[in-house]
Amino acid sequence: MSLERSDVENIAHLARLAVNESELDAVAGDLSTILELVAQMNSADTSGVIPMAHPLHMAQRLRPDEVSEIDERAHFQSIAPATEDGLYLVPRVVE
Amino acid sequence: MHTKSIAELGAGLRAGEFSSVELTRAFLDRIERYEADLNSFITLAPEHALTGAAKADAMIRRGEAAPLAGIPIAHKDIFCTNGLKTSCGSKMLDSFIAPYDATVVSRLDEAGAVMLGKTNMDEFAMGSSNETSYYGVVHNPWDRRLVPGGSSGGSAAAVAARLCTAATGTDTGGSIRQPAALCGITGLKPTYGRVSRYGMIAFASSLDQGGVLCRSAADAAVMLQAIAGFDPRDSTSAQEPVPDYSEPLHESLAGLRIGLPKEYFNEGLDGEVARSIELAIDEYRRLGAEVVDVSLPNSGLSVATYYVVAPAECSSNLSRFDGVRFGYRCQAPADLEDLYKRSRSEGFGAEVKRRILIGTYALSAGYYDAYYLKAQQIRHLISDDFRRAFERVDVIMGPTSPTTAFAIGEKADDPVTMYLSDIYTIAANLAGLPGISIPVRQAAGKPVGLQIIGNYFQEAKLLNVAHRLQQESDWHLAVPAGY
Amino acid sequence: MQWETVIGLEIHAQLATRSKIFSGASTAFGAEPNTQACAIDLGLPGVLPVLNREAVVMAVRFSAAIGADLERRSVFARKNYFYPDLPKGYQISQFELPIVGRGSVDILLDDGEMRSVGVTRAHLEEDAGKSLHEDFHGLTGIDLNRAGTPLLEIVSEPDMRSAKEAVAYARKIHQIVRYIGICDGNMQEGSFRVDANVSIRPLGGELGTRAELKNINSFRFLERAINFEVERQIDVLESGGKVVQETRLYDPDRDETRSMRSKEEANDYRYFPDPDLLPVELDDAFIDAALTGMPELPDARRARFCEAYALSQSDAAQLTASRELADYYEAAVQEAGDARLAATWIMGELAGALNRGGLDIGQSPISAVLLGGLLRRIADNTISGKIAKQVFETMWSEGGAADAIIQNRGLRQITDAGAIAGIVDAVVQANPSQVEAYRQADEKKQAKMLGFFVGQVMQASKGKANPTQVNELLRRKLNA
Repeated sequence: MSLERSDVENIAHLARLAVNESELDAVAGDLSTILELVAQMNSADTSGVIPMAHPLHMAQRLRPDEVSEIDERAHFQSIAPATEDGLYLVPRVVE
Repeated sequence: MHTKSIAELGAGLRAGEFSSVELTRAFLDRIERYEADLNSFITLAPEHALTGAAKADAMIRRGEAAPLAGIPIAHKDIFCTNGLKTSCGSKMLDSFIAPYDATVVSRLDEAGAVMLGKTNMDEFAMGSSNETSYYGVVHNPWDRRLVPGGSSGGSAAAVAARLCTAATGTDTGGSIRQPAALCGITGLKPTYGRVSRYGMIAFASSLDQGGVLCRSAADAAVMLQAIAGFDPRDSTSAQEPVPDYSEPLHESLAGLRIGLPKEYFNEGLDGEVARSIELAIDEYRRLGAEVVDVSLPNSGLSVATYYVVAPAECSSNLSRFDGVRFGYRCQAPADLEDLYKRSRSEGFGAEVKRRILIGTYALSAGYYDAYYLKAQQIRHLISDDFRRAFERVDVIMGPTSPTTAFAIGEKADDPVTMYLSDIYTIAANLAGLPGISIPVRQAAGKPVGLQIIGNYFQEAKLLNVAHRLQQESDWHLAVPAGY
Repeated sequence: MQWETVIGLEIHAQLATRSKIFSGASTAFGAEPNTQACAIDLGLPGVLPVLNREAVVMAVRFSAAIGADLERRSVFARKNYFYPDLPKGYQISQFELPIVGRGSVDILLDDGEMRSVGVTRAHLEEDAGKSLHEDFHGLTGIDLNRAGTPLLEIVSEPDMRSAKEAVAYARKIHQIVRYIGICDGNMQEGSFRVDANVSIRPLGGELGTRAELKNINSFRFLERAINFEVERQIDVLESGGKVVQETRLYDPDRDETRSMRSKEEANDYRYFPDPDLLPVELDDAFIDAALTGMPELPDARRARFCEAYALSQSDAAQLTASRELADYYEAAVQEAGDARLAATWIMGELAGALNRGGLDIGQSPISAVLLGGLLRRIADNTISGKIAKQVFETMWSEGGAADAIIQNRGLRQITDAGAIAGIVDAVVQANPSQVEAYRQADEKKQAKMLGFFVGQVMQASKGKANPTQVNELLRRKLNA
């Protein structure tokens, strides 16, 4: 399985990573090499095998519906790149 | 003082032979002396350490000493430490002062341990050589030209050079065991769910597990005792009771059934490493163990499977690093998309971006079944291999890594070759099993690690098996020259 | 060409839990920005989600309420996309294995006909934060208080054929979630949000391309938005164009829908099971406990009201519209001892007064027991209906119980035949010409003219004479 430049552009956009025009071939090559390694999986017959999402066979534990958190806005926003009036600021979102 | 075990140090502290402040100063002095050669720490916290040490001394004087009271340790910089920079080895988090403590951190605090600082690591734990760190490579104390392994390379180098008594680490595909092997120390990756992941910055959530890097199995038992156990903040935390890990260390190994998977002794294994492993197995035979051949037929697929599962999970886990609420934000973003793309591209290093891209691809429309679902199915097969093997044996042994430490730069430009250095460790993560790496006879002056894999929640057995060998041999006592 | 409209709704009901679905932060509405966004809601590095039991309980109750297949094993998945109000870069939702499977609800159409609308599924997920577009020097402000609030997304089959049906279905779901106490249903505050998938097709033809309508915050706007969109699609198709699959925002000021250009790119959400959460497994004990205290559902209650209180379908439907109203009615009936009378008064006098005051039943100044006490006095002839209205006014504005007001103001009805006969005699004597005219008239006319004498008697008795007795005595006297 080898990736085209357009594949790289597509997944880079989905992942919100900037890949320069000049890097596209190199990245496509790198990723294709990894996909070759990954292609070893095709040697396994997995028909009827249940996918294992998790190493332990446990069920989700449920938390009581209690408010346990206090307001830590000042603490949390002291490490934020840009805030004003308690809000996180980002470039204008167009809707 | 720096060569003493945790038990010896604890006894010395309680007997008043030295104080924790003295002990902490001694380690800080060593760090000052050797750190420039190693680069094993990202952040040092001397004031924090000395305050903690003074507190521990007061506790000891009051006779209410917790098990690790006054013992200087280090945390891998993947664990959040309240008020202290937590970088995860990334430019992305270079400015990140964690606003809370990871459960592992608070438990070691409660146990009285004194944190000296945060150790270097591969960026977001993605690497096997510590070369992907934004903070530069870590040097292997056995030979500065060599890598320490990764991703917990800073923890491994610091413990090996006796810059701290023990350190925490995390292991997603071998990141505790492999650097422990390459640096000649003892590294324990517990069963998935044994140690809380809360506050441990996620790489691949279904594989990540916190553990310890120590100088001996006995030290590892004390460290694990402090961090293991159920945490209500982690849905994947196991409610299994925590046994006493130190008490059964001395149990006899007579009748122990050791399985040697033939797949772990294949053509990829360095001959010298193989001989060291065989020597250690012979030692176990002398201790009364029975050695049998087992097979893990699907283990050859573990690297391929891992490089779908881990990148897929990481591609999603690392989406939160978007320059909005914390971490790196690019200068003067033109618009929202520019903010995202430049913050992430400038904040993440090459290997992290590579894995995010692979993972995004594996999950994308049209490829999910062929990659992600297929990998989850093989994961089941690999897990079944172990289940069958553990019906016949108590532990599985083999090499931790196919080679000894390689040269810095040797594999840095070849991701796939680098990935294959985790070929023997990854399967345990896919299955969620505990594993330990302990030093055995060195090969040409370089450390070699014996990997012991146990059944679920059999950490006590692993430590017992490791400890008995360390009672009979002195491989683990070797200190790199000059430290 | 004759077009058929096809509508499916996606309803997001915020669950009325105290804390968030995966964190212990409060879900209270209206707090200062980001003061209810904890480390988990902010998606700080290293944090992990733990599922709120109550959110699961509420989903189980909803499942039972619509007779759905409750899934004993459901799985949370990550829906990956970047947006500033989505802190982790993914939304935790349920994808392949939702907690609530197929179910249905019955809706009552205008013509009195019942129709069943299929519910495809309902799943648990977390809400996103809010983007505030007021001008922060050309920037957008992000408030994550709402991030992590539990939602039940209820997805219908494309079973509805008109805006009215869609509204009836949405109202039905709204009624159910409020009955079973899992959602406050406040559409203005966004705790009950309706998105409509609308398409048109030639009658009986293939399904057309659908548009998804968002930003609808009332039932009235739902109807308008769909009607506008249907007309728009007909115009597009009839002028030879093609309907584009897209998301359109409803603008209530202009009463139109318009394309959301910013979301034009095709989304690839890369769903996969969330490795931080484990499968939710429900056993009988959990389900039984979740369903304990489950109230009587609106349909059953309506049927029972018809039966037990001899009410018409439409009266019963009106009185069971909300659980509070139905509870009020039943409490009033118990006190009044007359179900019809209670129905008439609650749908008439009380509803009118509430409406004028802009109040809902929970805010009524007259409690059900007090209203029932008033009605009891009508039923036992202590006061007439007319006097009762006066008493009602007093109770509404000044408070107090009917009996005390009747007592203090001497409003008790005169039922003593002798006393009424005395007044009747006086009225007859005082109006000889009207009496004469009455006696000359035929029966039909007499019936009309009787009203004059009744009025005179009532006036003389200050409205307190029992009207039935007055009628009877007058007729006897005049016909003598």
